[in-house]
Amino acid sequence: MTEHIVSFSQVTKRYLGKLALNNVSFQLPRGRIIALVGPNGSGKSTILKLIAGLVRPSQGSVTVCGKKPGRRIAGEVAYLSELDALYPFFTVEETINFNAGLFADFDHQKAQEILHFMQLEPDKKVRHLSKGNRGRLKILLALSRRAPLLLLDEPLAGLDPLVRDSIIKSMISYLDLREQTVLMSTHEVSEVEPALDLVISLSNGQIKGMEEVERIREQYGLSLVDWMKETLAK
Amino acid sequence: MMSQTFNNTQPIYLQMVRRICLQVVRGELKAGDKLPSVREMAVQNGVNPNTVQRVYTELERLAIAETRRGLGSYITEDEERLKRLREDLKNEQIDTFIKDMSEMGFSAEEILEGVRQKLLITKAGRV
Repeated sequence: MTEHIVSFSQVTKRYLGKLALNNVSFQLPRGRIIALVGPNGSGKSTILKLIAGLVRPSQGSVTVCGKKPGRRIAGEVAYLSELDALYPFFTVEETINFNAGLFADFDHQKAQEILHFMQLEPDKKVRHLSKGNRGRLKILLALSRRAPLLLLDEPLAGLDPLVRDSIIKSMISYLDLREQTVLMSTHEVSEVEPALDLVISLSNGQIKGMEEVERIREQYGLSLVDWMKETLAK
Repeated sequence: MMSQTFNNTQPIYLQMVRRICLQVVRGELKAGDKLPSVREMAVQNGVNPNTVQRVYTELERLAIAETRRGLGSYITEDEERLKRLREDLKNEQIDTFIKDMSEMGFSAEEILEGVRQKLLITKAGRV
């Protein structure tokens, strides 16, 4: 097993003239909950898509679980997109079964436990679910997979505090950090802060800071929000 | 929200260690009591399981708790150690109080008299 689950080496990504990532290098350790923070357009989603193998770097190299991500990396990486990747005509139960069919590492029992914890109705159609419950369903699908790497693109965005709380609690409860690593992009840091191991701040396609969250308190006496403001102001 | 119960000046794991020590001194946790599993503690407090692991490791280092393989973490049954913990926390609080009062310019006599008065009133108030 490689020491780092993800490795970016001098990665640049251009989209039709727009520079999304500019010579970015970093390595992610296993078994941690890691947050990618930064303003809109800073390159967070691009990083996640590069890891998921959905896009290729313009320059540099990306390594995930010891290999270059391609279509097959989907077997080891669970990707929760910011966009709704749910079929509106499926019920909650049908959505779960559909995903179970797509992924060999889908844990049905875990899915049922999380379903119960989230109080989602199995027979309700996805199009009739509230935004909060759709968010809950999406995290359920990601957490039900025994994938070594979970990529969550803004899992808390636009959701009310109760839903955010249940999503964070379900992450803490259902992740196995001996086997899994989570990389999430987020704007909402204050609620998720105590759940984080590591944070990376990004601005204009460049990494501005990378630090252990406990160290931010220990050495700088700052809250995560304050640290973000400092590193992103540079 | 759970994050509001932790301050920014100290790592969360140390704040949680202190909380557990206070529970022990208050008698809410007794010698030999089982602590919640890493997962339970993490979920209850909304913190990372790695942080809870650090808490339990630190408690073990301080000899306040011990990990029994396959079973979990338990508060020590060493009554001497628990007595020392109680003394340590008491002295810590008193040290902080005396330092603060001295910085404000109060003499030892003033401090002692102030405390005595307050405790007398509290006693009378309780009767």
